[in-house]
Amino acid sequence: MSELTSNNNLSSSSTGGAAGGFNFDHVHRNALLQHQLATTSAASNNSSSNSSILPLATKTGTTIVGLVYANGIVLGADTRATNDTTVADKNCDKIHYIAPNIYCCGAGTAADTEKTTELIASQMELLRLNTGGADHSRVVTACTLLKRLLFRYQGHISAALVLGGCDPIDGPALYQIYPHGSTSKLPYTTMGSGSLAAMAIFEADYRDDLSEDEAVGLVRRAILAGIFNDLGSGSNVDTCIIRTDGSVSMGRNDIMPNEVGPLRAQVKRSEVMNIGKGTTPILKSSFVKSKMMMSGGVSLADVTVTAMET
Amino acid sequence: MSILAYNGAAIIGMSGKDCVGIASDNRLGIQYETVAMDFKKVFKMNDRLFVGLAGLATDVQTLDQLLRFRMNLYELREERTMSPQVFTNLLSNMLYEKRFGPYFCEPVIAGLDEKGQPHLSTMDLIGAISSAKDFVVAGTCEGNLYGMCETLYKPDMDQETLFETLAQALLASVDRDALSGWGGVVHIITKDGVISRELKGRQD
Repeated sequence: MSELTSNNNLSSSSTGGAAGGFNFDHVHRNALLQHQLATTSAASNNSSSNSSILPLATKTGTTIVGLVYANGIVLGADTRATNDTTVADKNCDKIHYIAPNIYCCGAGTAADTEKTTELIASQMELLRLNTGGADHSRVVTACTLLKRLLFRYQGHISAALVLGGCDPIDGPALYQIYPHGSTSKLPYTTMGSGSLAAMAIFEADYRDDLSEDEAVGLVRRAILAGIFNDLGSGSNVDTCIIRTDGSVSMGRNDIMPNEVGPLRAQVKRSEVMNIGKGTTPILKSSFVKSKMMMSGGVSLADVTVTAMET
Repeated sequence: MSILAYNGAAIIGMSGKDCVGIASDNRLGIQYETVAMDFKKVFKMNDRLFVGLAGLATDVQTLDQLLRFRMNLYELREERTMSPQVFTNLLSNMLYEKRFGPYFCEPVIAGLDEKGQPHLSTMDLIGAISSAKDFVVAGTCEGNLYGMCETLYKPDMDQETLFETLAQALLASVDRDALSGWGGVVHIITKDGVISRELKGRQD
């Protein structure tokens, strides 16, 4: 609701005022651009007839999983982001913070999962402050806020989420949230392009009485199945354990089975790779001295940079 | 042809030891017709922060204006310069605000943080941030740029080596791309100042 109130509210949004939400100013222009480009390139036969004119946004490809064990929740994710078939980020972070006792894995369009979880994290914090300043939130609350937001946008915000956390009322809770806003509360779940590979592992080995070590091991194996069997997923395994006592262990880059450093170091570089100084022809060179002070422990906050014009 | 490739561009950001570099080509075209060979795509935000904008030229210039406006406002209000991390988040939010009618622009951000260490990040046209320690690329010959950077990059380069690496990676990449080229520009950002060099490149 609040997202929709700021249409055409140029002054407040561009000056960094409080008005938030999406801005639809360019929708019409972009539709015209797309139409014009489609007709001109079809006429001159420059592009293949069916290729998309609109650029692709970065997707997370993704294997994300979550499971409930006796003493809490374990979340897991791979770390690959793709732009079409190009790997856009080899080590991105897909386990997002929602509240001190709640985290959320995101699959789908990278910007959507990132910004959606950020927005809900902020709303959760405000809610805590407005209701007595508790140090934890309820997982159902986060789930409801997320599904309302996603349902309002009718699936146009492409975020597929695995939400997990522990709160004193419901204990460990794990939800799966689809981009259209449907949710289910489950003991174990997988999402993203690698969900089939990961679910195969879960279906084989999940039990109701897993210990913490067994649960983490199962999550790791599920993510590894995604990394090695799904092309949209890759690189490292991230895990996150949220326990009923409120403690959280973030396992950022828990397993790194695809490290490129040692491989690079093995390659003997040819002498040609060492580009000597002065190799590249230059037309003009200039040096502009920095007016900012730095280093030696002086922070930017201590320095007044803007000179007053009189 | 994608709208992102309408005008053509090639941009690289790369880190060195206590320095960071950003390079771009100079071409402005309208599809296969070259219109200008001195088009600015890398913009100085402050003494330690540069942003390169690849994509639709009208949005490149609009975003530069909006960013300059927001930078100036921040400096007046806060009496300090913007750090690369804050700038990255600012730009990301500006792009995501237009999620359903985006700027056709992929930014590359290169700068030195408060400790003088390199900061490199890039994002897609709707503001999904991706940070890197080694290099980031954007533009119509992204594949070429990735290939050249993966080959030539070494950790902890000094500023002169970083310049040569950036220059060679850029020139080799744009020579295999019809939509970018016509010379280039390289900025090396150090704590003492910025070295800017115009490169001699093929004019075809």
